[in-house]
Amino acid sequence: MAVANQTNRSQNLARVRTGRSLKTAAFYLLVLVFMVPGVFIFFWMIGMSFKTQVENTAYPPVFIPASPTFDNYAAVFERINFFQITLNSLIIALGATSIGLAVGLPAAYAIVRYNQKKLGLIVLVARIIPAISFLIPWYMLFKSIGLLNTYIAIILTHVIITLPVVVWLMIGFFEDLPRELEEAGMIDGCSIFGGFWRIALPLVKPGTVATAILCLIFSWNNFIFSVILTGRDTKPLPVAVYSFLSYEEINWGPLAAAACLITLPVLILTLFLQKHIVTGMTTGAVKG
Amino acid sequence: MTQQAAPSAGELEILPVSQSGLKPKKPGSWFDRNAHILFPAPAVILMFVIVIFPIIYTIFMSVQQWNITSGSPPKFIGLDNYYKILFDDSRFREALIRTGELSLLAVTLQTVLGVSLALLFNREFWGRGILRTLAILPMVATPVAVSLIFVIMYHPTLGVMNYFVTSLGLPASRWTYDASTALPALAIVDTWQWTPLIMLIVLAGLATLSVEQFEAARIDGASRFQTFVYITLPQLRSVIIIAIVFRLIDSLKTFDIIFVMTGGGPGEASQTLNLYLYSQAFTYFDMGYASALVVIFFSIILGVTVLVMKLRRSQWQ
Repeated sequence: MAVANQTNRSQNLARVRTGRSLKTAAFYLLVLVFMVPGVFIFFWMIGMSFKTQVENTAYPPVFIPASPTFDNYAAVFERINFFQITLNSLIIALGATSIGLAVGLPAAYAIVRYNQKKLGLIVLVARIIPAISFLIPWYMLFKSIGLLNTYIAIILTHVIITLPVVVWLMIGFFEDLPRELEEAGMIDGCSIFGGFWRIALPLVKPGTVATAILCLIFSWNNFIFSVILTGRDTKPLPVAVYSFLSYEEINWGPLAAAACLITLPVLILTLFLQKHIVTGMTTGAVKG
Repeated sequence: MTQQAAPSAGELEILPVSQSGLKPKKPGSWFDRNAHILFPAPAVILMFVIVIFPIIYTIFMSVQQWNITSGSPPKFIGLDNYYKILFDDSRFREALIRTGELSLLAVTLQTVLGVSLALLFNREFWGRGILRTLAILPMVATPVAVSLIFVIMYHPTLGVMNYFVTSLGLPASRWTYDASTALPALAIVDTWQWTPLIMLIVLAGLATLSVEQFEAARIDGASRFQTFVYITLPQLRSVIIIAIVFRLIDSLKTFDIIFVMTGGGPGEASQTLNLYLYSQAFTYFDMGYASALVVIFFSIILGVTVLVMKLRRSQWQ
């Protein structure tokens, strides 16, 4: 009787255990179902860039290249001046991010400390207006003063991407900063600018870093401004890579290699700095 | 720099608590007195040059007839452009409908997927950190690069998408290569890229929920599904609506993926407002007409934003 009871109990226990591990397995399966499509695109992009033309056009598709080749990357370097174009992308992204921070940080500070809500609203409008609306006036303006195809013009236009990001993210970070800190500094003889520069800015540094990273990524990824306003000498990576595409020709290896070259730097940056990016992407959304 | 003496306790008490703006102890320099103007000044000037000027210019141009290829100067025609767009332009109307279709489809898909993903990731499980990092990669990937990869994957005869679809026993599709499927195929790309944003926003919202209600529900014997429907969802509503507003504004403006993947085609099957505007401005160089389109396009986006925000407020009351 006692023995039977015990077996019964252990059977029950085993049933609970298998039930739980089944549930865990089902949970991971569900996660997998959601995650696989997300990751597959990257897997396919990287895979194609190392496959030969024959493998890329094979049907059924080849999933793992039999003998990985670097020919596609070589083809990219042959067809475009990759280093010049990467340099263009970097100059534009760094320039727009620097200007965005230099102008946006004091503005965000003023919006918070002097309650200048209207300025904040104007900046928000810049975020809502479709990018294409700016292109006609800018195009006409830059054309008439001979600035088409210059770094100055394209960096200025990219500020419209970076400035709203800086202002809206930094408002959140400055709001979290107790104003008593600067007031204490002023009692000790700090000027207002000193309070901003020596007390507030160092304290919001993590937020500034997150903001800067997001600005760099958004500017690096931007296509619409560059495709109209840059020319042969100043075009950044997305424009150069777009010109690779022709619908008639199925030469996918170099196309995938080019896609990898633009997007891998961003992906690697994200892998290392994902905490900052998550902060940047969600600040404002949850608070607002 | 001269070292200032630390204030005594008595001095501290007299100092008024400043409510509006910071006031330094010594209202000395010109810079400090005008700090509230000087801090935002660079941003205001810059905003004027790159935002306000274009807006004024666009409104001014929208009442002109002006094609820059014609070589003749702009000619004032009043509201003719607007009249023509609103009452006599079937391409505009079709583009408007397409824009709505694409946005609704994409935002609905990514909201459902994003909220589900957030609920999955709200639990503790082994590998959560790395999986979450992988999950957010799509939204930082360069849209042009993503579009190129999808163009290849969507290829009707050699693409891997049709391989998967037919392996599952479904009929093959022509994706962006066919007028009838172009918009849904583009919505899939947008969904792939932006579902993580909704997931992140909802995850952040989930982190702020109060634990007590869940405990109370459990004690009262609510099932997991009941807890979700009656406790989690209502609390999450405002966060989800914010996520939808963010995505709706951006998806109405989708440009990169359409421009790269279909160029508005096949035919005009994926020509959204953005693409229509682009072709009027930079293919036909009809700047006056395009400017009027910009004004209308912007009004639509502003209207949708205000509408959804209002909706959100009324639900709160």
